[in-house]
Amino acid sequence: MKKPINDFKMNVLSKSVNEGFLRAVTSAFCSLADPTLEEISDIKTAVSEAVTNAIVHGYKEKQGRIYIDAALYPDNIIKIKIRDKGCGIEDVQKAMEPLFTTAGDDRSGLGFSVMESFTDKLSVRSAPNKGTVVTLTKKISGKCE
Amino acid sequence: MQTVIADKSLTVFLSGEIDHHTAGRIREKADSEIIKYSPKELILDFSDVTFMDSSGVGLVIGRYKLASNNGCKTVVTGLKERDKKILMMSGLQNKIEFR
Ligand SMILES: Nc1ncnc2c1ncn2[C@@H]1O[C@H](COP(=O)(O)OP(=O)(O)OP(=O)(O)O)[C@@H](O)[C@H]1O
Ligand SMILES: [Mg+2]
Repeated sequence: MKKPINDFKMNVLSKSVNEGFLRAVTSAFCSLADPTLEEISDIKTAVSEAVTNAIVHGYKEKQGRIYIDAALYPDNIIKIKIRDKGCGIEDVQKAMEPLFTTAGDDRSGLGFSVMESFTDKLSVRSAPNKGTVVTLTKKISGKCE
Repeated sequence: MQTVIADKSLTVFLSGEIDHHTAGRIREKADSEIIKYSPKELILDFSDVTFMDSSGVGLVIGRYKLASNNGCKTVVTGLKERDKKILMMSGLQNKIEFR
């Protein structure tokens, strides 16, 4: 992969209030690439899914940190990495199946499906007791050089 | 969150951003209204919702379950295209009405 034109890295506590905060930060960063409103919404939704998963499943009742890296590459490709050092996923392929959830009534098992449908590429790396890294890639059709 | 009850029909007006952080409070309020009025029809109005992720799906499914246990049907209205797309992924359109 070529060198990024721009990037940011940050980490925050795994508090649910940071779901909205990280949506706002990522959408502000992506705005630099002049995306359409539709593309911004897609990215916000996908980021929200990954961050929520880190909080709800990765750390559960515990508190940890969520690490987020975003980079803008030439050709207007945005790559966003969301990482937690939580419980990890035993079987990633199974976790990614639509409607699969290990949580109760409030979760629908659609997070990964949503990430997939609103980005161009989703990759998930995870190891039990180590944590999870979700990488979202999306091409922005904007006119930024 | 505003609610209106008329002719045994309870409308819940959702607004702002629906995510895991905000869903808890919405759920509590909606459920207490459903239990208080035991309506025949529950309308979840999304017209003023500015953002929703899959937590919104869990929210709708949960309210549908509570309502249908009391013989109440569930209607969702005012959805933006993308939010509708997310809700449809769950196959919810077989159980609730999109209006
Ligand atoms: N960061 C993570 N750490 C540990 N487990 C995870 C993580 N992300 C996802 N999972 C596991 O993968 C499952 C599927 O995730 P997905 O986001 O698709 O659905 P969900 O979070 O259960 O429900 P929804 O996203 O619809 O509210 C989760 O139930 C959980 O078991
Ligand atoms: Mg999820």
